[in-house]
Amino acid sequence: MIGGMSRIVRTMTTLIFGFIMVYGFYVIAHGHLSPGGGFQGGAIVASAFALLLVTYGTSQIQSFLSKDLLSILESTGLVLFITFAFLGLGATFFYNFVSNSGGLFGTPSAIGVNPGDLNTGGTITLMNMAVGLEVLAALGVIVLTMSVASETIHKKEKQ
Amino acid sequence: MSSILMHAPALVIALPLLAAFVTPILGRFNRKTISWLASFTLGLTLLLTIFIAKQVLTNGPIVYVFGGTEIGLTLPFGYSMPIRIIFQIDAMGIFMGLITAVVAFLAAIYSISYMEQHTGLDKYYTLLLLLATSMFGMELTGDIFNFFVFFEIASISSVALVAFRSTISGEPAEAGLKYMVVSSISALMVLFAIGLFYGQYDALNIATIASVMQFTQLDKIALILLVTVLSMKAGSVPMHMWTPDAYSEAPAAITMVLVAASQASLYALFRITFSLYNVTLNTITVGWIIIILGVLSMFIGVTMAIIQSDIKRLMAYHAISQTGYMLLGVGVGLAVLTNPAALESYGIKAMEGGIFHIMNHAMYKGLLFLTAGSLFYRTGTRDLNRMGGLAHNMAYTATFFIIGAAAIAGIPPFNGFASKLIIYESVYQFNPLLSIIAMLVSILTLASFVKVFHSAFLGPQLEHYKSVQEVPKSMVLAMATLACIIVFFGLFPELIVKHIVHPAVMALIDQARYTATILGGI
Repeated sequence: MIGGMSRIVRTMTTLIFGFIMVYGFYVIAHGHLSPGGGFQGGAIVASAFALLLVTYGTSQIQSFLSKDLLSILESTGLVLFITFAFLGLGATFFYNFVSNSGGLFGTPSAIGVNPGDLNTGGTITLMNMAVGLEVLAALGVIVLTMSVASETIHKKEKQ
Repeated sequence: MSSILMHAPALVIALPLLAAFVTPILGRFNRKTISWLASFTLGLTLLLTIFIAKQVLTNGPIVYVFGGTEIGLTLPFGYSMPIRIIFQIDAMGIFMGLITAVVAFLAAIYSISYMEQHTGLDKYYTLLLLLATSMFGMELTGDIFNFFVFFEIASISSVALVAFRSTISGEPAEAGLKYMVVSSISALMVLFAIGLFYGQYDALNIATIASVMQFTQLDKIALILLVTVLSMKAGSVPMHMWTPDAYSEAPAAITMVLVAASQASLYALFRITFSLYNVTLNTITVGWIIIILGVLSMFIGVTMAIIQSDIKRLMAYHAISQTGYMLLGVGVGLAVLTNPAALESYGIKAMEGGIFHIMNHAMYKGLLFLTAGSLFYRTGTRDLNRMGGLAHNMAYTATFFIIGAAAIAGIPPFNGFASKLIIYESVYQFNPLLSIIAMLVSILTLASFVKVFHSAFLGPQLEHYKSVQEVPKSMVLAMATLACIIVFFGLFPELIVKHIVHPAVMALIDQARYTATILGGI
């Protein structure tokens, strides 16, 4: 499928792609409230990349998904994660210094059954986002590399 | 300053982790700096480890509660069992930590020149730093699930490092695959054992599980799983098939770290049997199982080593053989754990020998692998039949090789002699036959290294090696440091045994103190 797939598949991909991305970011952002989290959400976003690669073929997507950019994002996500852990050093490493502070993600959590407030969780939420960034970039690099490699094999077989 | 040093147990793993993540970003701008960053970070980690060791050895065990409001608050909100991830550092843990720190730092120093010509250095150093982090984690953690996580990180990073230089023949990839299979099986079994503990006791903290250990049928299954896979990862004989491949195909500096990584698994084996189960298990049976594993490793390892002609493969078989000494020493200690008179008269001594041998082995086997790496760096071959007369060109490497070979063969005044003598003396009182086998293995080791020295360094200068030069400075520096440590330990073994090894042995034996560190009171 080097040149991409049929018009039907392309049209559907263009339609669904955005929804998958939004769903992935939703899972990342709600990691502290609902099942899922940074890793799972990142994997969903990366699956959208995989869908693009399968539908449009590697050569067309490479301009859109740059391996360099993704690997920078991957390292950035990891550095962000560990930075949040370091920022807790006032008490201990990994201390949740944001929660209950009243600021962003700092609302005290309600006790008992409640629908869940996005603005809680403190560093857990922030770390989920860092992990999400890392995972979507890392899995993105992996699917990109795999698709480039399989294309090379295809070319060799044709010769 | 003191407030930052309070966090030293966390920083030991946090600094290499941060450096590992910064390396790929830095590598984009300046490729030269990343090797220095790795060496600098691991040097800093070494200093932190020494600081923690000083604290632990003077003031007793340290705990570090991750994410807690206070560093030492293991039981918040009046709970009766710990809920957070806790690092519990006693004399044994930090003893292993010191070995890891020295080995990882010197590996980074050695790599500066050794890996200079290679591509993909950012990945190399990221993996090396991750491997160091995971080894520290395995050795310092007091939480068994946390141990599993670091165990996995160690497996993944070392697999990638073993296969780092995939050549056309594909041998590194094959070794990496073999190691990957072994590692995944081990990790799964460890996870299964942890599940058995968690299902029964609702706890993941080692001290908490130890305090309520019932030694049920399920605990026996968990014990079998843990002993099997941890001795597999330590490279003891019936499960040693991955060791020669992985050790001989990895870059030399990495092989040195891999030796320390397999010792981290050995440490986990001792931690599980002594701190988690202790006297609840049938110490005589399990002790003898470990002794038999040790004797088999010693004997089969060395007999396999004698026939090798690949220098690193030969050394890898010797690494298996030397692991046998550690298992033998500590196994004897475990076998007499319930017999206070025997424990006092020779059990503790045997364990001191075994534990001291861990440190000695990491140093001299590290040195030997680095000299093998130096030979490979200059001659491009690991085949002993193609080498010869290299002492003419590489005087330093030849000297370091003599020191390492004498130490591994147990010749005074080098460190191998000190720990082996303690093992011979104490094991002789337990069972003379075991001691005699250990001595025989030592003689065979000497024979094997005489062969290596003869075929690599002695003889007339070969025509095609005329232009061979001594290796670059950073490699000489790393080897010289190890050689100095070996000679120092060999000259003053009493000092080391009394101040570092004996507290480590006592920390292993005294389970009550281990649990009391977390749960308070006795």
